[in-house]
Amino acid sequence: MKFAILVNEGPYQHQASDSAYQFAVAAIESGHEVARVFFYHDGVNNGSNLTTPPQDDRHIQKRWSALAAESGVDLVLCVAACQRRGMVDEGERDRNKKDAINVADGFRISGLGQLIEAGIEADRLLTFGD
Amino acid sequence: MSTLNIVNKSPFEKRSLDQCITRTSSGDALLLIEDAVVAAVSGTAYDAPLTEAGQNMKLYVLEGDLAARGFADSEMVNGFTPVDYKGFVALVAEHDRVHSWL
Amino acid sequence: MEDEEYAGGVQKKFIYINRRAPHGTVYAHEALETVLIGAAFDQDVSMLFIDDGVYQLKKEQRPDSLEMKNFSKAFKALEMYDVEKLFVETESLQERGLNESDLLVDVELVARAKVAELIDQQDVVLSF
Repeated sequence: MKFAILVNEGPYQHQASDSAYQFAVAAIESGHEVARVFFYHDGVNNGSNLTTPPQDDRHIQKRWSALAAESGVDLVLCVAACQRRGMVDEGERDRNKKDAINVADGFRISGLGQLIEAGIEADRLLTFGD
Repeated sequence: MSTLNIVNKSPFEKRSLDQCITRTSSGDALLLIEDAVVAAVSGTAYDAPLTEAGQNMKLYVLEGDLAARGFADSEMVNGFTPVDYKGFVALVAEHDRVHSWL
Repeated sequence: MEDEEYAGGVQKKFIYINRRAPHGTVYAHEALETVLIGAAFDQDVSMLFIDDGVYQLKKEQRPDSLEMKNFSKAFKALEMYDVEKLFVETESLQERGLNESDLLVDVELVARAKVAELIDQQDVVLSF
């Protein structure tokens, strides 16, 4: 079965992105496909490569990036949420004349249409949030 | 055509569990995750209403979230089935849609 | 952001369930954004307002005094996007001392006992 996941909250503040990650891993281990994780609202902060959590804590961004690399999960950050919160990839840097990039490997910035498309194409869409 | 309802808030803080169970139909299922898992522990004010809700729908609780909060070995309200994340995945696959009561 | 068009030809039943008041958090505003973007995908869209979600449709909201956007105006434009199924739960209005005349758009009232049935007819449930 093909799953899509919506993550509405940022890392470390709320359990939502941990729950979403555990679900994604279990789904893949159960033989399902996780086609896309869409990060919305503060959820886009999951994709920042500028985070340095303490060594004895989980590294939420790296966990997501590894999932993308190993299992081909499409990690999409909502563009409007990124622009409001300072999440910048190369395209956004050039477009909005910023001088830095902070979107981690495996993540890409795109529009809300990607969430709707995930709802259409996946067999199940489920939401983790506050 | 059944719905998997997911609640993630403690009913002692937010009303989403009450709001969910008044709007489910028979054949639906309820899964408690995150802070909501405390409602599945027997002997609370939610014991009776959830036992009653269990007459019409299946009740599940995410065991990792129970263990995280110190309730791994506690007695559950009648009718609750503990599931791990793979069980959670199976529930999502079994039901036609998922509704997270955020 | 480029215009996104979906040429997949699949039509699913989407329901957006709104349970939160506007302005205190961003979710109500973003739900509406998603509905407007989603309109380009030609899906079968319903919006359901229950619990504090009914406050989103209250007339005469003036968040502009707080330098916040008055997105409630966009509910009036939903018809142009072919989003015509707006359901409001009767009991949620009553509990809050509101009635249909307090709302800024025409809606279809639905009893609490019928909400589950409405949700059970959908393919995709989106709640923020």
